[in-house]
Amino acid sequence: MISFTLNGKKVDFKGDPNMPLLWYVRDEQKLTGSKFGCGVAMCGACTMHLNGTPIRACSTPISVVKDGQVTTIEGLQSKAAAAVQKAWQKLDVVQCGYCQSGQIMSATALLEQNPKPNDQEINQAMQGNLCRCATYHRVRQAIHSAATHLAKEV
Amino acid sequence: MNFSFLYDAVKDDKQNKQNNLLDRRTFVKVSTIAGVGMTVGVMPRITDASASLEHGFGHFIRVANDNTVTVIIKHLDKGQGVTTGLTAIVAEELDADWQQMRWEFAPHDPTRYNNLHWGPYQGTGGSSSIANSWMQLRQAGAAAKYLFIQAAAQKWNVDASEITINKGLVSHASGKTGNFSEFIELAAAIAPPQEPTLKKPSQFRLLGTDQIPRIDSPEKTTGAANYTLDVDLPGIKSAVMVHPPVFGGKVKSVDAKAAMRIDGVRKIFSTARGVAIVADSYWLANQARSALKVRWDNSKAETRSSEKLWQDFKSLAKKDAPALRDDGNAEATLKLASQTVELDFEFPYLAHASMEPLNCVAKVNDKRCDIWTASQTPGIDEAVASKLTGLAAENIFIHTQLAGGSFGRRAVPDADFVSDAILIAKELPNIPIKLQWSREDDMKGGRYRPMSYHKMKAAINSNGDIIAWHHRIVSQSLLRGTPFEGLIKGPIDAAITEGAASLPYTIPNFRVDGHEAQVGVPVLWWRSVGHTHNAYATEVFFDELAHKLDKDPIELRLRLLKGQNRYSNVLKLAKEKSNWGSTLPDNKAQGVALHKSFNTYVAQVADVTLNADKSFTVDKVTCTVDCGFAVTPDIVKAQMEGGIAQGLGAILNEKITLKDGKVEQNNFYDYFPLRINQMPDIEVHIVNSDEAPTGVGEPGLPPIGPAVANALRKFRNKPIDELPIGNKV
Ligand code: FES
Ligand code: FES
Repeated sequence: MISFTLNGKKVDFKGDPNMPLLWYVRDEQKLTGSKFGCGVAMCGACTMHLNGTPIRACSTPISVVKDGQVTTIEGLQSKAAAAVQKAWQKLDVVQCGYCQSGQIMSATALLEQNPKPNDQEINQAMQGNLCRCATYHRVRQAIHSAATHLAKEV
Repeated sequence: MNFSFLYDAVKDDKQNKQNNLLDRRTFVKVSTIAGVGMTVGVMPRITDASASLEHGFGHFIRVANDNTVTVIIKHLDKGQGVTTGLTAIVAEELDADWQQMRWEFAPHDPTRYNNLHWGPYQGTGGSSSIANSWMQLRQAGAAAKYLFIQAAAQKWNVDASEITINKGLVSHASGKTGNFSEFIELAAAIAPPQEPTLKKPSQFRLLGTDQIPRIDSPEKTTGAANYTLDVDLPGIKSAVMVHPPVFGGKVKSVDAKAAMRIDGVRKIFSTARGVAIVADSYWLANQARSALKVRWDNSKAETRSSEKLWQDFKSLAKKDAPALRDDGNAEATLKLASQTVELDFEFPYLAHASMEPLNCVAKVNDKRCDIWTASQTPGIDEAVASKLTGLAAENIFIHTQLAGGSFGRRAVPDADFVSDAILIAKELPNIPIKLQWSREDDMKGGRYRPMSYHKMKAAINSNGDIIAWHHRIVSQSLLRGTPFEGLIKGPIDAAITEGAASLPYTIPNFRVDGHEAQVGVPVLWWRSVGHTHNAYATEVFFDELAHKLDKDPIELRLRLLKGQNRYSNVLKLAKEKSNWGSTLPDNKAQGVALHKSFNTYVAQVADVTLNADKSFTVDKVTCTVDCGFAVTPDIVKAQMEGGIAQGLGAILNEKITLKDGKVEQNNFYDYFPLRINQMPDIEVHIVNSDEAPTGVGEPGLPPIGPAVANALRKFRNKPIDELPIGNKV
């Protein structure tokens, strides 16, 4: 049995430990905010946090998250997350929206670790998140805007 | 079904006229829904033989007892923001409060929800959603407003002229106020106005301003938005398809023994399109796929490699071709000319590669077929479903979902991925089947932007004039070989020459001709269709002529844009906003391109930097756009940004290639859409206009390729004639 915390709740998993975290969360926990885009850790649509670090859940076997804290878009609670979501809404970053849970998860993790990233650092942290609608211009602006907002809060 | 709607080679002005005529050809109808509220609709006036329309009722607005106003969206939202745009049009004319506005997708019912640019068909494409709905929804909103004013006048026993509506609040000079919901019963009993008075643009409070937030931002930033991937129904099973490895291949034999031994795998069988695997989950179905052994019959398949296709395209280009435009005598002028310039271009197949790999949920029994998917052309899906199930069209029900991107891919003449789902669901009656293509299935599944070969030749004279232009294009038809082949009116499919034949520059001898290449690789419209390749060829070639004539490329364009004010205006604005012509260091350059597609005029200037290792960076793009009246300016900007970045990714890194007929690319490790690290700064300027609104989903894309290539020309001794460019010059 594999136990871990999902969005603050303890879960016990008894199936195949090789099952990717994404499909367990989506199919069995019915949390569908995390998306499937490539299945090979190349697009970031499935991004979740494991102990605060972004991971690609499509390529993370459930055994890897044993005893860990997993957070999905549905379970985001930090100040950084709120600032990111607010900035995303203020700037209307989304288009089709399909990649955006992943974008927001990566951006939140970035700001939690680096409250004032420059463009270079944003590129570095967000490069794994593809957006075919190519909303990158606003992704970048929204991260700066969230950072500014967070700086004011402290 | 008329498919010419998806590209705009021939329609242009006809549509604008149609759009403006609407007010005289529509009627308004209202009804109450017990306990729910009231609906207002606008639909084509019943004329001649359309008796069946009498039962139809154009429901566009639903005002509910909880005082929400829901706009029924007849188009698919695949990111272009049409749910916001259409909702805003109604909110404006109704003078509703933005907070009370809601939206919901319409069912498939072309008697009420047809695309007015497509005749009797419902659907989304050709950047037409706002353009065709503009008058229709304004009328619906204005009619609803009239009814609320009349209802309030009755209830309060005052004169209607003394009643105003502001942000959803109905008020009388005496101080009486009320919400829409209080007047529903009365309003629904009043005869709707047949010529509702529309606002003047100067009276708009919402449209044309930045006060319209995207209505879908909250759900799309919290993970709450639902796509086909998220459809869940009692007893639902997952399915994957193993398609032939080459286009035109067929299943010869299947060995499913090992695959069936996997727990949770339910059924494996051949369909007309490959081998289907049904399992309890997508993950299990994919495991079964790895264990499956299939032998294929490729005797009728397309097995050429890309190199061979290029050879065949080039030899075809040598043969005489039928013209789609032929002014003066280009061929003779070129023969006699003292100075000619020639350039050939090669552009690859491109994948749509939407972030949501193609998918569809279907449930079939002998009475009905339900389809949950995101489709740009539900009418095709309905027709295909009807054929595959033997059920009448009225027993096919399409439940439209949000699309995780599409760019044309979810409008398929043979409904490929929808067919997959139905063919499987048919074998498992009453069980909802979620068919999910993997990224690899999506990448290898065909329906690409066709590859194309362009042969260009022009004559210039000593006065610095371009006296002849000949553009020959070899590419694949989008319609030939589909059920819609009969709709090709000219000698070749007009999608091939789209944007090339309508070149705006005054050149006395001008010819555009082409060939349809016969290739077994299925192709499709890809964001901006023929313009994707033709704008690159024409605008890069034009710059080459300016280069040869030693003329400033913007000045030469302006000189040859005679009486084409909308073109000239966007170009002049781009010149001004981009600081065109300022002195640049040796490692920096600017390039320009101008193109109209879907009745929208766009100019772009790209600023690039050459790095020491010969790699380059696109630093900034200045984009100017004339799309008529900009209904939702921020979404216009977003569509320009997205079009530019998607187009930039394509010219830098994207290509689909074939080896013995097999697609060589698999996933995002060998097919490369733009990522954030290559994203330039973008500045969008919208030309002020009171003309009818035109599309913005596609027109931002065509100019970016040539603008970047024209900038990079400074660092090379010849133009970039092959795409993608890669990361070095
Ligand atoms: S689906 Fe996980 S990275 Fe693409
Ligand atoms: S918003 Fe569509 S893929 Fe990112």
